[in-house]
Amino acid sequence: MSKTKRNTIRVIITAAGFLIMTLLNYLIEIPLIVNLFIYLGLYLYIGYDVLRKAARSLFYIRMLDENFLMAIATIGAFAISKFGEGVAVMLFYQAGELFQSIAVKKSRKSVAKLMDIRPDSANLVDGNKVIKIDPSMLKVGDIIEIHAGEKIATDAIITKGVSTINTSMLTGESMPVTVNVGDKIISGCINIDGVIRARVEKKYADSTVSKILDLVQSASDKKSKSENFITKFAKVYTPVVVILALVLAIIPPIFVGDWANWIYRALSFLVVSCPCALVISVPLGFFCGIGCASKYGILIKGSTYLEKMSHMDRLVLDKTGTITKGQLKVTNIIANNKNDVIKCARIAECKSQHPIALAIMEFNTKPIDNNYEYNNIIGEGVVARNKETEILCGNYKLMESNNIKCTEIDTFGSVVYVAKNGQYLGAIVVEDEIKEEAADTIAIIKQDGVKVFVLSGDNKTTAQIVSGKVGVNEFYSDLLPDQKILILEEIMKNSNGSTVFVGDGINDSPSLIRSDVGISMGKLGSDCAIEASDIVIMNDKLDNIITTKKIATKTMNIVYENIYFAIGVKVLILILSAIGLSNMWLAVFGDVGVSVLAILNSIRAFFIKK
Amino acid sequence: MKETYNMIDLDCANCAQRMESNIAKLNGVRSVSINFLTQKMVIDIDEGFNKKDVLQLARKVVKIINSDCDIEL
Repeated sequence: MSKTKRNTIRVIITAAGFLIMTLLNYLIEIPLIVNLFIYLGLYLYIGYDVLRKAARSLFYIRMLDENFLMAIATIGAFAISKFGEGVAVMLFYQAGELFQSIAVKKSRKSVAKLMDIRPDSANLVDGNKVIKIDPSMLKVGDIIEIHAGEKIATDAIITKGVSTINTSMLTGESMPVTVNVGDKIISGCINIDGVIRARVEKKYADSTVSKILDLVQSASDKKSKSENFITKFAKVYTPVVVILALVLAIIPPIFVGDWANWIYRALSFLVVSCPCALVISVPLGFFCGIGCASKYGILIKGSTYLEKMSHMDRLVLDKTGTITKGQLKVTNIIANNKNDVIKCARIAECKSQHPIALAIMEFNTKPIDNNYEYNNIIGEGVVARNKETEILCGNYKLMESNNIKCTEIDTFGSVVYVAKNGQYLGAIVVEDEIKEEAADTIAIIKQDGVKVFVLSGDNKTTAQIVSGKVGVNEFYSDLLPDQKILILEEIMKNSNGSTVFVGDGINDSPSLIRSDVGISMGKLGSDCAIEASDIVIMNDKLDNIITTKKIATKTMNIVYENIYFAIGVKVLILILSAIGLSNMWLAVFGDVGVSVLAILNSIRAFFIKK
Repeated sequence: MKETYNMIDLDCANCAQRMESNIAKLNGVRSVSINFLTQKMVIDIDEGFNKKDVLQLARKVVKIINSDCDIEL
């Protein structure tokens, strides 16, 4: 039988016995000695483990642990002939402990379930055979087979087959994604239909799943101020209350007598001397808040970031990949002969991996002459040559330095100028699309008095247009990564709350680390993003910043409610007990009742709506 | 280096805190954090110390504070 079950039965039996005894005492006269024996029996039955632990703590640690305090309080009650109270205090204490352990286990389970992304096994393709192996045995380059309904064991690239995969475990996104040969698939996602084969890209230990699990498991490392406060409070609170109890039990009766009455009041003190309500409910509140966020694909590395997020007053956004989709597209060709421009540009850019080059290559799929030699001029562009032609493809600087006559085009996006054999052909405009939800998200965030900034490595015109369209307060353009840090620090200096930086983690890791809260988003599978940031938004949606803020604020409210409520009730009961207006029943409520209510309140954090 | 260990039957938050502060005092422990909710201990042991010895001591501390509880080594 499990411990929980055993304890439940004990609590029920004792409660029944206690009720019967109370009723009998009410109806008939029971001799003191009989009462003592029956109550003592019930007491030992419900409290033997507490008494055992109390004795242990007395001998081993010489510390005031809650078992010891409960033991003293209840034995004291028996000593002054308050048998019923003695049993009741122990009974409620145990019932409260039981409830706590059930509640905590339940929330632990539901959070663990959300995080159940660990793949159990992988199917390794070995010649004609497929063998089931542990994901940690996979090597880079191995081919794995993923059947319908299975979790993807490690990050891989599809080599065969088409399927849809469910990424909701990681991103909170319920729409399945269709994947094809050549697509990257992320560990932890589930293959919904069709058998696919894929080449392993990363060892299991380096896979997205391992990174995320690491992050979640050591989440507790970074404790919030409120949690540290509770730890310190707990260390002081108990000894202080115990000393007050001693004073109350000894000093007043020396002058006014009536020892039993004063001892009774002191025992009430001991009953409320455990800070359990706070010690459990505050971390539980954060835990449920973090769990709730993970439901929406938001991973939070520790309670401290939830706390800081609730104080956000500066939001600094990276442009590319954060406000924009980070996928460049050719949006305009400014030329007399557009086909000629794009043809030459595609010849020049076909060897490059630069995002702009990729966008130009994607414009069409026509075959390209490849008898050219290439020369990359850093910061300007590409020169492609063969016997009869020379193609220049790059920015305005490239045209200038080759004495090609053309006018500089001032527009939104990046402009690529193309020239052939010394003649200017035209220009191609490449743009990045702004995310649909960007403007609304920023408007909502600004409503809370948060100032929003954009930092961009792009030219001023682009940064200005994007900033204008989404409505930020200020923008900075033409920045190198180290310049971003300087501006970020300047912004942080003027902030009274916390400065939150949001980036895609590609070249802004320093800013992610430097800010109070670094959020990376949209780059599922990028190692440095997961490591450098404090919060990871696993899908691409900017509005998850609002969700994170909301969860942070509500969780903090719940935590503060619990702190004020628990301390308030306890202090009130202490005062009432000291002046004799309270009794042990109320004290038990101050201990167990407050714990239960605070825990129930904390669990609410798990159900915060988007 | 930081390592994570599972805690078995860690069923009181107060004890977790007490274990944490006492293990932190052990020689060779750079930092330790015990999470009652995830039932995990993250411990950073100085390279100059024998990891096994330090962990055994930590285990002893855990046992003294709560005899039902253990560290999964």
